Amino acid sequence: MSGVRLLVGTRKGAFILASNAKREQWEVKGPHFGGWEVYHMKGSPVAPNRIYASQSSGFFGQIIQRSDDGGETWYQPGLKPGEPTKNEAGLPLDESNKFVYDTSQTTGKPLTTHQWFDGSQHPWEFKRVWHLEPSLNDPNTVYAGVEDAALFRTTDGGKTWHELAGLRGHPSGSQWAPGAGGMCLHTILLDPTNPRRIYTAISAAGAFRSDDAGAQWKPINRGLLSKYIPKPDAEVGHCVHKIAMHPSRPNVLFMQKHWDVMRSNDSGESWQEVSGNLPTDFGFPIAVHAHEPETIYVIPVKSDGEHYPLEGKLRVYRSRKGGNEWEELTKGLPQRDCYVDILRDSMAVDSLDQCGLYFGTTGGQVYSSVDDGDSWNPIVRDLPPVVSVEAQTLQ
Amino acid sequence: MIRVILPPHLRVLAHIEGEVRLDIQGQATQRSVIDTLEASYPALSGTIRDHTTQKRRALLRFYACEEDLSNESPDTPLPKAVQNGEEPFLVIAAVAGG
Repeated sequence: MSGVRLLVGTRKGAFILASNAKREQWEVKGPHFGGWEVYHMKGSPVAPNRIYASQSSGFFGQIIQRSDDGGETWYQPGLKPGEPTKNEAGLPLDESNKFVYDTSQTTGKPLTTHQWFDGSQHPWEFKRVWHLEPSLNDPNTVYAGVEDAALFRTTDGGKTWHELAGLRGHPSGSQWAPGAGGMCLHTILLDPTNPRRIYTAISAAGAFRSDDAGAQWKPINRGLLSKYIPKPDAEVGHCVHKIAMHPSRPNVLFMQKHWDVMRSNDSGESWQEVSGNLPTDFGFPIAVHAHEPETIYVIPVKSDGEHYPLEGKLRVYRSRKGGNEWEELTKGLPQRDCYVDILRDSMAVDSLDQCGLYFGTTGGQVYSSVDDGDSWNPIVRDLPPVVSVEAQTLQ
Repeated sequence: MIRVILPPHLRVLAHIEGEVRLDIQGQATQRSVIDTLEASYPALSGTIRDHTTQKRRALLRFYACEEDLSNESPDTPLPKAVQNGEEPFLVIAAVAGG
């Protein structure tokens, strides 16, 4: 029987919300990893019961967890319960949480510095995994976007992680700077028609594209304008919040920038602003309808200093024309006294015939819509602050 | 035999109930205790010390015999009462922070 599984990461653990295709009744399981921050969870497109989770803590650092049964049970890759924890030499088998920048002469890049808040240079330091993006065809291959910005990859199901150092080693690296949330690589998009093409986005550096499976990268920020950086149209330094694409048209990209909603029709070579009639174009997430490549959604918040909905009214905005013309969607959403935020990885769509849309808030609500956003219902209201939502369509 | 008490989050992570008992050859130090702990429970690798720098994570503290040993050299021998198992070596998640 078909259905949907939502993978919800929060500030205090992970939750799994499951429903049949009607999406009227939901079963809520969790918290998994209680007390830990779960920045992101995502399942393999080719093996949906294989789910990866990024579990982190300011106290204890970064952990990667994996489930092979749809989130019922979890373990650190390389450490399945009951299996040996040491090799014959007595050394730990597990390196699943070891994210070390590759500085080797053969595949790495020197560990350099990036711009710090005060304009000085600051060394790259690993902090956490923000985003996990499983391969489109191999459940053992996963990409990880980390803070301080870099891209890692595992090809053994999460046991070991290796940096694709060409991105961090880009000559512009010294000009990258942390956004308010840190210098994070938060977006990874894999082109379903070209396995060598990968898009990433970094706050605050901008968008980058690789056409050789992650070895070399080029900034793709032409057309972005960021008012308060020294050179508003600089090659790098833009605070990109999220990029989305429809799998049927991977050359068309939609971006929610710090301010401005943008669109590219040429794989990021150039961008045009499509904020149109939005009441504010500051926001974090952006999503594309599963079956309508020109239907996109954003959830604006008031400003960079006021991360909550305008006038205390929670509103999703939909454009059926790929931007510029937006309609306000409010039915079922609080229209007074609402001051939550919706973070960049907190909106998702399923791909059932009637596409479902979902978003989570820092107030702990997860809302769903099964009518293209015309109306919304809360699935849960009182989770810890929601950091990420991913939707798995189960057939 | 060295007794180690871990904070609850790490006990859950490594499937540990109660305190950990480690056999360490020679004089036990912070380094040898954590080396042995990580070898026995690889799930803890990187959670107490940074993988790369091997430095104590900033928000964790090491205590024993009612003393804060956090800023001691990792190669300083631990107090005798810890060496002989009378007192545990405690890893504490910082409790202040406002």
